[in-house]
Formats: sequence, C-alpha cells, structure tokens
Amino acid sequence: MTPLSQLLPGQFGKLASLNPERGVDQRLMALGLLPGMVLKLIRKAPLGDPLAIEFGGQVVSLRLAEAENLIVDVAADCPIQRPRQP
Amino acid sequence: MSTPDAGLLVALVGNPNTGKSTLFNALTGLRQRVGNYPGVTVARKSGTCDLGDGQKVELVDLPGLYSLAAASPDEQVVIDALSGNIAGDRRPDAVVLVVDSTNLLRNLFLASQVAELGRPVVIVLNQADVAKEQGLRIDTELLSRRLGGVPVVLSSAWKGEGILDVRRAIARAIAQQTQMKRVTWPTNIAAALADVATVAAADTGKPISEAEAQRLLFDTNPSTADRLGWTLAQREKTLRTARDRVRNSGYNPMAAEPLVHYAHLRLILEGVVTEGAGKAGRSAAVDRLLLHRFLGPVLFLGIMLGFFGSVFWLAKFPMEWIQAGVDWTKTIVAPPLDAYPMLQSLLADGIIGGVGAFLVFLPQILILFLFIGILEDSGYMARAAFIMDRLFSWCGLNGKSFVPLLSGFACAIPSLLSTRTIEDPKARLATAFVVPFMSCSARFPVYALMCAAFIGPTYGAGWQSVVMIGMHCVGLLFAVPTAFVLTRLVLKVKPQPFVLELPRYQMPKPRDVIWRMWQNAAEFVSKAGTVIFAITIIVWALSYFPRDASVAERIKAANPSATEEVVKSKLQAAYVEQSYMGRFGKAVQPIFDPLGFDWKITVGVLASFPAREVIVSTLGVTYSVGEGAEADSQHLRQAMQDAKWSEGPRAGTPIFSLAAVLALMVFFALCSQCGPTIATLAQETGGWKWAAGSFVYMTALAWLAGTAVYQVVIRLT
Repeated sequence: MTPLSQLLPGQFGKLASLNPERGVDQRLMALGLLPGMVLKLIRKAPLGDPLAIEFGGQVVSLRLAEAENLIVDVAADCPIQRPRQP
Repeated sequence: MSTPDAGLLVALVGNPNTGKSTLFNALTGLRQRVGNYPGVTVARKSGTCDLGDGQKVELVDLPGLYSLAAASPDEQVVIDALSGNIAGDRRPDAVVLVVDSTNLLRNLFLASQVAELGRPVVIVLNQADVAKEQGLRIDTELLSRRLGGVPVVLSSAWKGEGILDVRRAIARAIAQQTQMKRVTWPTNIAAALADVATVAAADTGKPISEAEAQRLLFDTNPSTADRLGWTLAQREKTLRTARDRVRNSGYNPMAAEPLVHYAHLRLILEGVVTEGAGKAGRSAAVDRLLLHRFLGPVLFLGIMLGFFGSVFWLAKFPMEWIQAGVDWTKTIVAPPLDAYPMLQSLLADGIIGGVGAFLVFLPQILILFLFIGILEDSGYMARAAFIMDRLFSWCGLNGKSFVPLLSGFACAIPSLLSTRTIEDPKARLATAFVVPFMSCSARFPVYALMCAAFIGPTYGAGWQSVVMIGMHCVGLLFAVPTAFVLTRLVLKVKPQPFVLELPRYQMPKPRDVIWRMWQNAAEFVSKAGTVIFAITIIVWALSYFPRDASVAERIKAANPSATEEVVKSKLQAAYVEQSYMGRFGKAVQPIFDPLGFDWKITVGVLASFPAREVIVSTLGVTYSVGEGAEADSQHLRQAMQDAKWSEGPRAGTPIFSLAAVLALMVFFALCSQCGPTIATLAQETGGWKWAAGSFVYMTALAWLAGTAVYQVVIRLT
C-alpha cells in the first residue's frame, strides 16, 4: 500500500482507496478513478509537482498534496506492463 | 438573424475537449449571440440551428464539465439551465450530449447524470475520425438500443462530417421525446433519495425533482439546497439520516453516485466498442518532448516569449494606425469648427479621443486571443499550466495564472479577459486582481521620460537601465504578497482542486479560433468600451470647464512681444490651471506633498487616472511646452529640469529631485491609473465591488510606497 505521490514515473498501481469526502477525490471519481482501477504515474512536472497520471485512457494532472489520499497497490495483479507506445 | 420558429430550445452539453464548441459552430454556422448568465461571469453562447427540415431551434452551448456535482459556477449554470431554473431562460426541449468517441465510459458518466433530468436526449459521438484512426469500432445501433432508443450519431465536427445526422437526430429527439435509459439505484439509495425529496418538498413548499434530490443527497456543496431555500437547520437531520442509510447499504454516500453510474455504464458498453488495429495517438510522444524535465521548461519559455513578444510587437503597428487614424480624423473635423472652440474640443478631444481610447486596445486583445485560442485548442495550454503550477500554487494561484500575468506586461485589458481560461473562481479572481500590478506598456513612457531627463544625465546610462528594470519589478514585488493575502485571508471562496485533464493534442480549427477571438473583442467593445468612452468624456469636461474669455486677454496682455505659438502654450497652461481639474489639483496638492509632488505634477497625476500615459502630455501642458509633448521631447525635459519650488520650505530647490523622480515612478508603477482596467475588472468579476477594491488598494499602496521612497531618498541625498 503506497500513497500515489510515492510512485515512480512509469510505475503502475491499482487504486486501493481514496477519501470520497474530499473535493479532489470527488473530481477524480467523476473522471472514473474508482477503487480497483489501474493507473500509471506518467511523470512529474519539471518542478516536481504536479503529477500526471493515466487511467481509463486519459491523462490527468493533480497536485502532490491532493494525491495524498490516493492509496495504490503496486504489487500483484497490476496489468502486464504494456509495451511503451512508439 | 433569424429567430427560432417554435421557440424550441436545445442545449449542448459535454465534457471539455470533446470538440463541443466546434460542433456548436458547425451547427449554428456562426449565427450566434453571446451574453452572460445573470449574476455570474459565465458566458451564455447561443445560436440558431436548422434541423435539416427547415425547422429552426435555438441552440445553447453550455460550459464544458465532467460532472453535475455543483462545485464551480460553470457547473451550477449547467444544472440550473438544464432544470429550467435560469431567469429568462426556458427549460431545454432536448439535450445534445457531445461525447468523445475515444473515451465513451468517462464521457457517458455525465450523460447518465443528465438522463436523470428527464429531458429528451441525443448522443453525439464526436471525434469519430480519431477513434477510427485508433482502430476503435463503435456499434452505434447496439449503444442506442442499450440506452433506451435515444439517437446515437457519429460525427467529426472538425472535418464537418455527420453534422446533418446530428440535426436530424435532434429533430427526432424532440418529435419522439427520446428518453435515455436511467440508472437503477440500489433500493436503499432509492429510498434515501425519496426521503430527501419528500422532506425537502415539504420544507420548501416546492416540487423537488429526482435530479434535485440527487444533488441534495450526493453533493457536499450546498448550492442546490441554497437555491431551493432549504436551510441548514431544516436539512441537516434529514440529510444525515439519508446518508447513513446509504452508508448502511455498503456505499460511501459521497462515492455512491459515480460507483452506481459507472457500474451501470460498464454493462451498457459491454461489446459496444471493439478494438482493432490502429495507430496509437502521438500525444504521449509529443509530451515526452514538451514535458521533458529540462527541455520542457526551455521550450515553454521559448513558446511563451515568442507568443508574448508577438502580442507586444505585432500589436504595435495596428495601434499606431489607429492612433494615426484618430489624429487624422481630428484634423478633418476640427478646422471647420474653429469658430466654436468648445464644440471643437468636445468632438476632437472628448468624443474622438474617447473612441480612440478603447479602439487602441483592440489589436492587443485580438492578437492575445488568437494565441490563447491556438494554445487552448491545440492542448498545449493544459501542459503550460502543468509546467508552471508549482510556481503559482503556493500563493493561491495556479498554473493557468501564468498567461494572464505575462501578458499583463503588455496591457492589463486583454490580460484580464484572458483570466477566463482559469476555471477555479478563487484563482481567477485573485489573478485578475493582481494583473494590474504588472508593469504594462503604458507605464513605459513615464519611466522613459523620468529616466531620460533625470537619471541618465546625472547617473549615466547604466543606472538608467537599472532603474528601468527595477520599475518593471516593483509591481511584481507587490503582486505576489497581494495574491497570497487575498487567497489565504480575504477570499472566502472555496478553492477548487487543481485536477486538470491533459487532452490529446489536436490541430486548432482556424474558424473556431478566429470566431472566439472576434467574440471576445466584440464583448469588450460593447461592455468596457462604453465605460471607457464615458470616463474620457468626463475627464475632458473637468479639464476644459470653466473656460473664461478673460484668461486669454490676460495672457496676451502679459506677453505682448511673444510669438503666437508661445502665447498658445501659455494659454493652454492657464486654462488647465483654472479648470476644475486644475483647481482640484491645487486643492489636493498637500495630499501629494509627502511624495514631493508640486501642483503641476498633482494635476498630471489626477488627469492620468483614466490613462496613465496622459501624464506626459499633461506635464507638457502644465509646463507650457505645448500639448504634443512626448517622452523624448527635449523642451519638456529642459522645462522640468529647470522647475524649482517657488514657495514653502523647499523654495529654490529643484522640484524634480532624485527623491521626487523615484517617488513619481514608483507611484506610477503601483497606482490604479487606467479607466479601461477598472471597467474590465468590473466586467470580469461580475460587479463593481472588486473593481472599486482594486482602485482603492492600488492607489493607497502607490501613495504609501511613493511617500516612503521620497522620504527615505530625500534624507539620503
């Protein structure tokens, strides 16, 4: 169990839990980021914050501080590491 | 413009970046009207749409959004518009849901929420060409059947494909009242919703729709309850009980809505999309370059400097043409009126000058919005915000504040209009509030005159550059703490999380970009333009009246041997001195005394409240070197260098001491001396409150800083 903010660029994680009381998490849920969803940390901004994550075929940016409630599971049944897109 | 036949209203709803505005432009063919929703700074764009059979409807393009949860003014407007709760607006007769074909699941979440409102629905799978390229095949018939028979049409608004199908689908939706299949709520949630609806209806005495009950139950934001007039005391217990009931059935009440909708949609989409061979998008590859740790910021700076430089540089030429045109018009209309000096001055300086005063902003507005349109529609604007966010987040702004602040160095007017690109209302307001601190190009002539006349000759070109650069930083120095204090302590608006989609890169469509540029310019002219015009006329009147014939005789008598030109400039100076503006300037000079300003500078300062660059020509008038004075005028420099205090403790010393010169420049760097900025700020913040606040705050700050500079420097020199 790792906070999303500690994922390394390129790493996949499966969303274990979020905090639905918070506005950020409500926004992300509306975008389809629900528990069980697999996401990928694509990169951090050049100054280290915010993050760009990919899930459900879209790329979304969110701030480190706003990602603290997103707990991901890096292990186990994450997808087969897809080949890097050309 | 033709008006809709049967008075039918159709709403266009969809996620951002779905090509919704392109589709809107394609459907209405630019027969559009732009207004504002009452009470909020959200634009209402509507147009007439032909349904392909001669029937015409009014089509309204609602702001793009991801969810109906009312977290921002844009979202609230969409909910209100779809429920028919906007004063002067009908409830839409049909809703066109614009969906990105490459991401059906996420896009249909909003559609599924909208279905709860019970309006006839059309689903437009837009950007179908991109989906096809990616190898996605969508079974529209299956999707239509699963969604309860609503029309589902493929389109590519960018290429102009499928537009006729959309028109026909709207006609069908209205004729057949096609309802989209709604989500089935788990029993406990359905019961909780029913409870909320019943109690709210009893408490408020209004009928509560199912969609409203959902907003009341699921949203943390109380805006729906507030609008219905369901008070906190009334709703607290009911909502707590209802939410407990949802929780007991295994759902977090704040997560139930997306969980149920997404589960419902996954079933609906089962087998609808088949993935074949196709090209993966290039966006990821482009991002590897444009968002690269080192190259990204370098390219960003290059793009922004190129973009900002062009606004500044390209706009210079049309601005000069406008200025020349205004001057030319004056020379045409003025001479025939030589016999009526008052009428002549009103027409030339008041009316023509007033029109010129806002026309001169148009080139910058047009060019800035051309670039913003390209940046936004291409998808780069979101990346720019991503790169810059860290620099702005700590003082309550966000990455999207960057473009308005940078363009503020050219001119605050287009820059204020560009704050519309910031979704978060708090960050938008704070950005708009600090934009006027950026050292705009109108401050340049003031710095140039002062530096060339006093800093350069005494201290050399090196110090002259230092002071010029320093003056451009003064505003920034105050802007950052202002933003910090404003967002932390003053603004009670709840900050929006900075969740930003980095959309697929796309070629901007010239028609959309040019059309939006034009709409922004037209709105500026019709709203701020009238205020700017009025201010110019008022200031003209204050510096023209009263004008007594005896002044002319007195000046002529006092200078019997002077040339006509000298008499004319002395006469102008005398007229200004005894005008309302001049009298007022003399009366309030003591207020500006701590900054080392004499009454002539004070009049200059007062006369430049509508437009700060006026100081140069006003000093030209009060120092009797004629009206046409420019920053590089040798006569004006000489007259100012020679000016000495004639009375008081400083009698005999130069008025323009180093202390006074620096104080004057700092004052101009900070003071709110721009009528158009105030008018535009009022327009963009939805009222005069923030505009008045900005005026008082900046002017007080300028006075304090000017006084501090004068008092410190005068003691050191």
